[in-house]
Amino acid sequence: MIAAREPQQRAPDARLLVIEADGSLTHAARVGLVDFLRRGDLVIGNDAATLPASLHGVHLPTGAAIEVRLAGRLARGTAELRRCIAIVFGAGDFRTRTEDRPLPPALAAGDRLALGPLAAMIERMLDHPRLIALRFDGSATEVWAGLARHGRPIQYAHVSLPLALWDVWTPIAGPPVAFEPPSAGFALDWQLLAALRDRGIGFATLTHAAGISSTGDAILDRRLPFHEPYLIPVSTARAIRRTRARGGRIVAVGTTVVRALEHAASFGAGVRPGAGFANQRIGAGTRLRVVDAVLSGTHEPGSSHYDLLRAFADDATLREASAALDAHHYRTHEFGDSMLVERRGRCISCSCESAERAAA
Amino acid sequence: MAQTYNPAARRTRRADPIAGLRVAITGGTFGLGLALVREFVVRGARVAFVARDRARVERIATATGAFGIVGDVAGKEDIHPIAMQVVGLLGGLDLLINNASSLGSVPLRPLGDTDCEDLELALATNLVGPFRLTKALLGALAASAREGRGAVVLNVSSDAAINAYPGWGAYGVSKAALHHLSRIWQEEFATQGVRFLSLDPGDMDTPLHALAVPDADRATLKRPETAARELIAAATVALAGRSGRQRSRDGGGADAGVEVAAASG
Repeated sequence: MIAAREPQQRAPDARLLVIEADGSLTHAARVGLVDFLRRGDLVIGNDAATLPASLHGVHLPTGAAIEVRLAGRLARGTAELRRCIAIVFGAGDFRTRTEDRPLPPALAAGDRLALGPLAAMIERMLDHPRLIALRFDGSATEVWAGLARHGRPIQYAHVSLPLALWDVWTPIAGPPVAFEPPSAGFALDWQLLAALRDRGIGFATLTHAAGISSTGDAILDRRLPFHEPYLIPVSTARAIRRTRARGGRIVAVGTTVVRALEHAASFGAGVRPGAGFANQRIGAGTRLRVVDAVLSGTHEPGSSHYDLLRAFADDATLREASAALDAHHYRTHEFGDSMLVERRGRCISCSCESAERAAA
Repeated sequence: MAQTYNPAARRTRRADPIAGLRVAITGGTFGLGLALVREFVVRGARVAFVARDRARVERIATATGAFGIVGDVAGKEDIHPIAMQVVGLLGGLDLLINNASSLGSVPLRPLGDTDCEDLELALATNLVGPFRLTKALLGALAASAREGRGAVVLNVSSDAAINAYPGWGAYGVSKAALHHLSRIWQEEFATQGVRFLSLDPGDMDTPLHALAVPDADRATLKRPETAARELIAAATVALAGRSGRQRSRDGGGADAGVEVAAASG
């Protein structure tokens, strides 16, 4: 695969590799996505908008230049951004690969940070020399204003142009809670949503605070993703129940949607609406309770996103898919091409599963 | 914002559909915008307003309890930061009021004497800004509609959008385009549950009117508070999903939520 370097969400020539439930592969144009869906299916997107979570500034005790990447919230409530988990980098910016970035100065609880118009303090260290609990000074309104003025989207070296918020907000972006874009949703646009409607395919959303995908530090990367809060509207839970009762498929747009729905279904009574923390890892051994298919970017073997696909398709199929992605020069990373993966052996006629589905 | 449970307040809130509504208003520090901010706050809505002057924004935020956001809707770079603060602070959005307006040239001039830059300013503030901000907030509005809360975009129009008043060229052209924009949004978004209104509040006693017509007899002008209440009444109807059956004042029949003329009276 080749890296997609242009920040174009819906390249007209974007492609789609479809992995069917029987393991067969189909190459298609992504604009034809709707042709792989059926009347009665329900497509679920993540409507999180992406925060400008990269803040450049100064570590005041040493005067050293730093970059702080917000990575999680420590307080509840959408408006409450004052206390965050953050990862600190040394001097430089996204143009240097994260693994090559210089380390920040030694950090300690109580250190003051000047981040443009924002002032902050390290509340405590979180078991790693670059991982901090940070508290901003000022009111919630002031913190939002400072972030809006000074923050930039978190980005990586494969895209050389600085990203603006409009580059990383999906067309359906609403609550600004994600630290990196839920990029599978770049494939959605209002025309597609209208086409779904015309064909009797449902659309619903949840909000999942997608976290950061890479820190450049192997030890920190192993701790990713951090606990990611999600919120499932009552209307979405109801649409899922209706869809499953009628035998339609639940199609998740992005791995964040899979993680939120499967977590919300892990309590045994269908998808529980409301707030939760998706803290489980999904992989080869995971039995999917809700999601029948996932629309996702193309992922390299070994990444956590790739691992999640192993819950949908067996390793032989995924190996074959990876080979096909390479052979056909699919583009990878957040602005790249897409895959639609249907869960293997999905069979709504088999009694054990339909009983389970009816209960859900 | 900390909220304490108060059963009596809850009962009142339930009675007024405006209570608890999440509202964003551009141009909230003067005239109609300020009157809208005050009226929505009094009726228990959660309000964020946007204006350019930091000192005025802070003063009015403190005086009203609404969230004040500093930004210029005419500036491309400001739009997403504004949208982020709106949805971040309110937790969602049910009603967007694109109220901020520019006359273009002050004093008003015939088109032959209007600088191109003044026309561009009117278009940037009155047309492109509302388009960009609406687009950035569509996700939040559509989510509100799906959750059954209703979602409305109210674009503040003018009779200058319909009538060719000499001297009002830049403003009239931009408002005519905004009006048509509202109609097309409405056609395209009806199935997503987001409704678009284009309403003329009438000639009001506001700073904008004073700039345009310095020698107007103020006694003949509508008070912005009156216009604000009329617009809120129309938005309430649209939020409840009845806008499609509204009739425009010229009796031309249902116009899918877009009223050409005054909100009322």
